[in-house]
Amino acid sequence: MLRIKKEFHRSKHYYLLMSPYMIIFFLFTVIPVVLSFGLSFFYFNMLEFPRFVGWQNYARLFLNDDIFMIALKNTLLFAVITGPVSYIACFIFAWIINELSPKVRAFMTLIFYAPSISGNVFFIWLIIFSGDSYGYLNGFLMKAGFILEPIQWLLDEKYILAIVMIVQLWLSLGTSFLAFIAGLQTIDKTLVEAGAVDGIKNRWQELWYITLPSMRPQLMFGAVMQITASFAVADISIALAGFPSVNYAAHTVVTHLMDYGTIRFEMGYASAIATVLFFLMIGSNKLTQRLLRRVGE
Amino acid sequence: MRNIFRTQKKLNRSLPVNIMLFIILALFGAFMALPLIYAINNAFKPLDEIFIFPPRFFVINPTMDNFYDLVSLMGNSWVPLTRYIANTLLITIIGTVGHILLASAAAYPLAKHRFFGSKILFSIVVLSLMFSAHVTAIPNYMVMSWLGWINTHASIIIPSLAFPLGLFLMKQFMEQIPDALIEAAKIDGATEYRIFWSIIMPNVKPAWLTLMILQFPALWGSDGGSFIYSENLKTLHYALGQIIQGGIARAGVGAAVALLLMIVPITLFIISQSSVMQTMATSGMKD
Repeated sequence: MLRIKKEFHRSKHYYLLMSPYMIIFFLFTVIPVVLSFGLSFFYFNMLEFPRFVGWQNYARLFLNDDIFMIALKNTLLFAVITGPVSYIACFIFAWIINELSPKVRAFMTLIFYAPSISGNVFFIWLIIFSGDSYGYLNGFLMKAGFILEPIQWLLDEKYILAIVMIVQLWLSLGTSFLAFIAGLQTIDKTLVEAGAVDGIKNRWQELWYITLPSMRPQLMFGAVMQITASFAVADISIALAGFPSVNYAAHTVVTHLMDYGTIRFEMGYASAIATVLFFLMIGSNKLTQRLLRRVGE
Repeated sequence: MRNIFRTQKKLNRSLPVNIMLFIILALFGAFMALPLIYAINNAFKPLDEIFIFPPRFFVINPTMDNFYDLVSLMGNSWVPLTRYIANTLLITIIGTVGHILLASAAAYPLAKHRFFGSKILFSIVVLSLMFSAHVTAIPNYMVMSWLGWINTHASIIIPSLAFPLGLFLMKQFMEQIPDALIEAAKIDGATEYRIFWSIIMPNVKPAWLTLMILQFPALWGSDGGSFIYSENLKTLHYALGQIIQGGIARAGVGAAVALLLMIVPITLFIISQSSVMQTMATSGMKD
């Protein structure tokens, strides 16, 4: 007891320095996760006192909610398509850009990174995919004679999910992309030279045996960023496909959560959705990290 | 072609493959840049060019009309547009500066000292990078209403101060600072706060800019979410949504506002690019 007290006394400055950040972090991140987990076992509509219902919310979610199944299917599609594609794209473009001379490199980095920080200019895509003949894609296809009348891109179940994916990819070269470019620039040059002496013949071998293993920490970090983003698709879906989207074709777990949390006020049920989302995200992150440990072996 | 790539002779590189890779990069670069170039063009199009058939990508007769219309719209709206701009600036500036200060203060002990609970705290922060803010949206609303912050700017600013990615990047960057510097300051009798403020902070300037680049666009694009209801507290991003919903008559003004919204974060990135790259090099995660 006395030792702990002494230990606290010795590091009190550290706790004091960390306290403002940590108080807010716990208040708005850590505690809410715990609350959300607890609340998922209750029926709560913001008006009456919460009523304990046990596993009922989860049972309803997995056994009795067809819309959730659509949302889950779409979200997993995002996770297995846009997640890996954006991750690989981040790396490939960073890898090519790294070979360029400094001025061109800075310019290219800006081109690829700009969409992710351009303040959600989805509206550009709304005009491109607009369903009338003034829409750029329709106008182009009609002029070229591919189609005779405009296609309702954003109101057609066949296209909408693919369109949301394209726009999501366009926006996804963000933090991980920068981390990869920066990581590539810090690779030890002597390693590359030693590799050449040891018989590395071309850039592809260099990539697999030297570049990727040296970048493992950044690859880990980038994976976390891209996976979390691909599971969290919601705003883009709402901006492009509306809320709810046509026949729930672009519905995701997050939009489902919004539906029950901000429209129907079924807070217990929405918390169950949030808890499932939490475990989905953490689980896939952990799984991916395990896979990435095998890079370069 | 050669001078696009690095000039010195490099190992294992052949010109044909270089050219092929550069063509791939240029093609995708065009895909990335076109919507942005289009947004710039649109802002300067007169209304008849915005609704021309077949639609044209580039502007033919550039005009500043959309921006003039925006100014006149500012004057006539129920809440003047300057109010939306002021709200957005308030949220982004306080949110960004505060986040940099708080995250740095929390990162210094974690990066440079070992004490009871330091390891576990940092792993919680890393774990929170692995899920998005949507997970906590509902309890957050309850926490907000319990604090009485619903419909205040604090509801947007305060949670953003403890953005976990900022702490993570700041801590990774601070670990590079030599321990000898801190030891020397200690011997000279500096307090921990003094060390943080006079030695650590000046040394992590690149990381400040990185945190700014990550935090600024997030707040800049915030529309007030589910926390802000009063019209006079809403942000520019929300106002843009309203203008775009105005339909054909407002299409030109919408394009002008979108350009203004887009230009600010991109300009900030151009200014701080080299510092951002320096910080990102240390962003790695240990297994």
